Parts: sequence; C-alpha cells; structure tokens
Amino acid sequence: MTNDSTDAGPAKIYGVVLSVGLVCALAIVTVDEITKPIIRNNRIAMRQRAILEVLPGASTSKAFQIDETTGELKPEPTDSEAAGLVFAGYDDNDELIGLAIETQGMGYADIIRILYGYSFDKQAVIGTSVLESRETPGLGDQIEKNANFLANFESLDVSLNAEKSEVANPIEFVKPGEKTEAWQIDGITGATISSRAITKMLSESTGRWIPKLHPHQADFATREKEAP
Amino acid sequence: MAVGFEQEQSVTPDDFIKGVWKQNPVFVQVLGMCPVLAVTNTAINALAMGLATAFVLLMSNIVVSTIRNVVPKQVRIVTFILVIATFVTIVDYAIQAVSLDLHKALGAFISLIVVNCLILGRAEAFASQNSVARSALDALGMGVGFTLALLCLGGVREILGAGSLFNVRLFGESYQEWVVMMLPPGGFFTLAGWLLLINWYQQRKSRLQEAKESTL
Amino acid sequence: MNDEPLWSIFIGSCLINNFVLAYFLGICPFLGVSGKLDTAVRMGGAVTFVMMVSSMAAFGINSLLMMIGLPFLKLISFIAVIASTVQLVEMFIKKTSPTLFRALGIFLPLITTNCAILAVALFQTNKGYGFLQSIVYAAGAGIGFTLALVLMAGLREKMELGNTPELVKGTAITLIIAGFLSVCFMGFAGLFS
Repeated sequence: MTNDSTDAGPAKIYGVVLSVGLVCALAIVTVDEITKPIIRNNRIAMRQRAILEVLPGASTSKAFQIDETTGELKPEPTDSEAAGLVFAGYDDNDELIGLAIETQGMGYADIIRILYGYSFDKQAVIGTSVLESRETPGLGDQIEKNANFLANFESLDVSLNAEKSEVANPIEFVKPGEKTEAWQIDGITGATISSRAITKMLSESTGRWIPKLHPHQADFATREKEAP
Repeated sequence: MAVGFEQEQSVTPDDFIKGVWKQNPVFVQVLGMCPVLAVTNTAINALAMGLATAFVLLMSNIVVSTIRNVVPKQVRIVTFILVIATFVTIVDYAIQAVSLDLHKALGAFISLIVVNCLILGRAEAFASQNSVARSALDALGMGVGFTLALLCLGGVREILGAGSLFNVRLFGESYQEWVVMMLPPGGFFTLAGWLLLINWYQQRKSRLQEAKESTL
Repeated sequence: MNDEPLWSIFIGSCLINNFVLAYFLGICPFLGVSGKLDTAVRMGGAVTFVMMVSSMAAFGINSLLMMIGLPFLKLISFIAVIASTVQLVEMFIKKTSPTLFRALGIFLPLITTNCAILAVALFQTNKGYGFLQSIVYAAGAGIGFTLALVLMAGLREKMELGNTPELVKGTAITLIIAGFLSVCFMGFAGLFS
C-alpha cells in the first residue's frame, strides 16, 4: 500500500480535511463567478423566446408586476427575475400585441408550468408554450406537439362579461372533436389528463388575472413609448 | 480488479482497455445504474450524461491519485467525496452555461453523479493506490466504457421509442412508436436485453472453448 | 412558496413518482438487497429513517445557505451532511440498541452511496417545500422505496423455486421483473386531477 499515513495525528487529519474543503470551496466559487452571468443570460433568453412564441408578431417585450389587491402596475427591468411577472409584447412599431402570463398546475406526472399569451384586441388567448413538464413522452407530451390541440390556442375566447368583473365564459374542456364554442378546448385522445390539466390551469389563471389586467390596456400600450 | 503494489508500475494499454470491455462498468460490474436507466431515453441525453460522468471520473481520479499520499486513512472517503462533489458542481454550472435545455433534460441527475458508485469506487479501488498517469488512463477507459454503454441503451430506446436517432427520423410516418421504451419500464427492459445478449455471447464463447478442448 | 397539500406530497413521492420504479433512484440497493424478504424490510426501514433525518438536516442547511447567500455550496454540503448523518445514526444505534445495530449493521454504510437519499434532499429544495412538507416528502419516498424493495424480494423468493433458464439468471431476470413492476406503478399516475 502506498498509504503510509495510517497513524496520522488529529492535527494532520483536521489540516488535510480543512485544506481540501477550502480548495474545493474556492474552486466552486470561481466557477460560479465565471458562469453566473452566462447562465442568467441563457435563462432570460429562454424566457424571451417563450414570450415571443405565445405572442405571434411580437418582437420586443417589457416586464411588469401587478399588485393583486390594489391592481396597481409597476414596470420592472426586462431582465428581472422576480416572481409573478407579466410580460407585455410589442411589434416592430411598438404597438402592443398582448400579455404573456405564466401559470402552473398538477399534470399527469408532476407539475406543468406554461406561459400563455393574451390579446386585448381579440380578448382571447392567442398562444401557449410549455415551460416545464414531466409528462409521459409519446402520450402526455402531446400537449406540446399535437397540432390539433395547439390549434385551440390560436384564438381561445376569454372575453369579459358586461360588468368587466369576470370572464364571461370560463374555458371548458370537451372531448376530442366536440368543440363548438370559442371558449372550449378540444382534448387529445391518449392525453386526456394532461390536456385537461392545461385546460384547468388556463381557466383558473384567466379567471383570476384577465379581469384585473384588462383595464390596464392603455397603461401597457403607452408605457413603452414613455420609457424606451 | 487491478490492485496496486508498492512500486510504480509502468503504464499499460490494458489500464484503458479493461474499462471499455472486460470490466465495463455497466454491463459487467453493474455499477452506477441510476443514471444508466434514468437519462437514457434519447441518445443525446445518454451521450451528455456519459461525457459528464467521464469528465468527473477523470478529474477526480487525477486529483485523488495526486493527493493519495497526503490524506490520512481515517478521512479518505470524506476527502474523496468532497473532491467529487466539487467537480460535479463545476460540471453542473458548465452544462447550464452551455445549454439550459440539456440541463433541463438531465435534471437532478447531474447532481446525482456525486453518488454514482462508479466514481467513488474507482477513486477508492484504483486512484488511491496508483500513479497519476495510470489513474487517468483507468478513468478514461471506464469513462469511455460507461459512455458507450449509455449510448447503447439510449440508442435502442430512442430508435424503438421515438423512431429516431439523435433526433434524426429513421422510419416513415407510418412507424408506430413503442412508447413504453421511452418510459421508465423501457429502461429496465432495454438493460435486461443487453445483459441477455452479453450473457448469451459469453456462454457461447465458453461452450465453443470447451468443445475445442474436448476435441484436442 | 409551495402550497401542495401534505397528502398529495405523500402519495406523489410514494406511489406516482416512486423513487425506484419511476425515478430510478436507489437502484443499486434495489438490485443488491432484494434477494430476501426479511433483509429487504430492514433495509427499507433503515433507508426511510435516514431519509427523514437527512431531509430535516438538509432543510436546515438549505435555509442557512440561502440566508448567507451561498447557494452554490448546496451539493457539497448536502453530501457532507448525509455522510455524517449516517455515521451519527450508526453510532447512536450502536449505543442505544445493540440488537437493532446487529440487525441493520452492514446496511448502514451502504446507505451513504444510495442516491435516493441525496435526491430527496435535492428535490425538496428544488420544489421549495417547507419543513413539514419536506418531512412528509421524505417519509413518502422512504416508504415507496421500501414498498418497491419488498415487492421485488417477494417475487424473487418465489422465483427461487421456479425453473428459470440459465441464460436469464441473475441481474437480467431481476431487471425484467423490475420493468414489469414499473409498468404496474405507472397505473398510479394520474391519481390526481
């Protein structure tokens, strides 16, 4: 055996463990310092891609935070990573396309996180993007791929009622091929639970946020021009 | 298992080759099973996981072998684990910097490289008793063997489960995917299949040898 | 941060996302120690216990690291905590109950390299569970592990009597059985919603 230090004293033991620990910690800190800005950029670029994907036609975006009790809007830096942000997307002429809102819910296997786009003009959901899911490959992950299912979100009606207090027709789940109304979602055969989970998440999130966000259309639309 | 002796032995090609074939960590030693089954649903994931593990294995073997004469026996394992955890954290951040999508696909299994028994096993059984050059070669062999094994599993599972390899479609539209191969059970079945194949090959080889000896 | 109810966490970590059969964690002891029903139960108990203790410790460590702003030391401190927890548990059992120590004896050191334990610590912080949620998560994971181990051991004991072909004996047949068990556990998915 090359290990000749079987009878090392406590001083040596502590010394070795401490110095190894110190060197390791230093190495980790260095790598963290180097990679931190790159990882942050990656995360924000990924989020930006999703925002532009759910708001067709948008080319830039701005982040806002809304206070749920007072309904007050507060602009945030575009690279902010605070919780509960909504994103406003604009086209090349700085015209407001719509809002991107994040929501999550329990899917078939684990929590699914999605981002959806809301258009003020159409009063409808105009796109969704799955941010995170562990749904069964080949079955449940159809929620990301199935063209018929994704067609539901090209224009999904979430218009408000006459008093502007809640969504007139909450989003509903129907069996595949039975969609008759603009606020219904056609399910996927073989991914019933996953597609129903998406429906439930969207229905809850739009019911909660659209009545609060809709009155702010003018704020979202003008804010961009004031603060370029 | 290669046991080190007092003298520094010369570096032999066998240090490298044994990890790839004769002592393949997955198919022969059945070590480090968790990532083998969990992240091999596509060939790309398998390749990334294999390379990450190989890198950690190489670096930790080199460091462990360098400090092997300084570390007291009582704290050997703790020190090794510290070294391994450091390299795993580094790989974790590096993968996040390169591609977040890849990081999402591999998930927590990058962090779990720490407890891959293969790495601690090689540090303890080989690197702590052999020269830096031999340990590095051993780690390279084991790393390549591990990566190849992962690719074997990932390839089969992707071809059967998704009808593609490295995201390139192999069959026409009419191909009905074996969804189960992408799911957890598929991992177990594929590994079992490969083990059966290897068993069969070895049994045939020994049978042929016996037949040869009896005719002589 | 996470308001998932306790029962859903428990069912989730025990059945739906069973650590062995859905996440492939703790495969080494699963293949190694599932030969006999009796040892499987003991191993399961020991793992569950260590999981819960290290889950509590990991919760504390994580809060501390977050407070002082050093989240990147998470992995290295978790593994150190788990290794020392196992040692502590070993010493404690040795002092208080020599019978239990003899029964668990060889299993305790094996637990350190059981990835399921580290995974519990990592997943609970990823999911942002609180203290109580973490403990329930760890308990569910441990019981799920024990369940998988016991089922496997029962099947393997039966198989001893059966007439298995020479070719599939050993790891291969164990993996095939594990595959079927895993198919069965997929049936638990979708219990919610």
